[in-house]
Amino acid sequence: MELALNWYLSLSAVLFVIGVLGVLLRRNAIVIFLSIELMLNAVNLTLVAFSQSFGDVDGLVLVFFVMSVAAAEAAVGLAIVIALFRNKTTVNVNEINLFRG
Amino acid sequence: MIGPFLFFLFAVLALVGALGMLIARNPVSSALWMVLNLFSIACLYLTLNAQFIALIQILVYAGAIMVLFLFVIMLLNLGEVPRLPAFDWRKGAAFLLGVAVLAQILYVVALGLDVVPTTTTPMEAAANGSALAIGLVLFTDYAFSLQIIAVLLLAATIGAVLLAKKRFV
Repeated sequence: MELALNWYLSLSAVLFVIGVLGVLLRRNAIVIFLSIELMLNAVNLTLVAFSQSFGDVDGLVLVFFVMSVAAAEAAVGLAIVIALFRNKTTVNVNEINLFRG
Repeated sequence: MIGPFLFFLFAVLALVGALGMLIARNPVSSALWMVLNLFSIACLYLTLNAQFIALIQILVYAGAIMVLFLFVIMLLNLGEVPRLPAFDWRKGAAFLLGVAVLAQILYVVALGLDVVPTTTTPMEAAANGSALAIGLVLFTDYAFSLQIIAVLLLAATIGAVLLAKKRFV
């Protein structure tokens, strides 16, 4: 039993926008990372909805790859957050301006 | 006709989780709201008959990545961990019932607007989303990409260890 594709795409768009808002509004680096994960999930939902709607398994394989890359990204990103916190003792992105000296 | 109702139920839960993640003041609360969102999306994958992806979603995202996030938040000791009040069964039940009623209302509204077509034969979709179907494609057509992903994960592991080492920067 499957719903209309439109509903899944609408939900996915709303989730993506919430993720964008999180990146733009929150100043905590870890919450920004969480918002990026939310955006990746919204895109995954789109891929699965399209894939199941068209009966094509390639979309599911792409979701698998997206999840792998998201795992790698989370590991490296959190390591960067730890390194930043060790140097600056903050994760507020407004106070982290290494390139401006 | 339980499919559309389940969609609205988990869609509302996913939205509640995402908004909670956006609004919560404390990073730990944000991460826990995110776990709710990830579980709801896994259930949405199940309503799409993508069982393998749903299982991977729970194992990798809710199981591994979110634990990593919580671990880092608590390692960095960002502010104090919120003192969670003892779980109130009445509040939990009220929350679940409220979400269920909202899903029901949305379902009825969608029925009234006549935008809830339920098509595609379940057998076909179930065969499409199984681990067998994905594995057959993944290990033949996408075998090279799979190797690349393996190298990427190795590089990410080494990079994370190097970055998190003392006196790296």
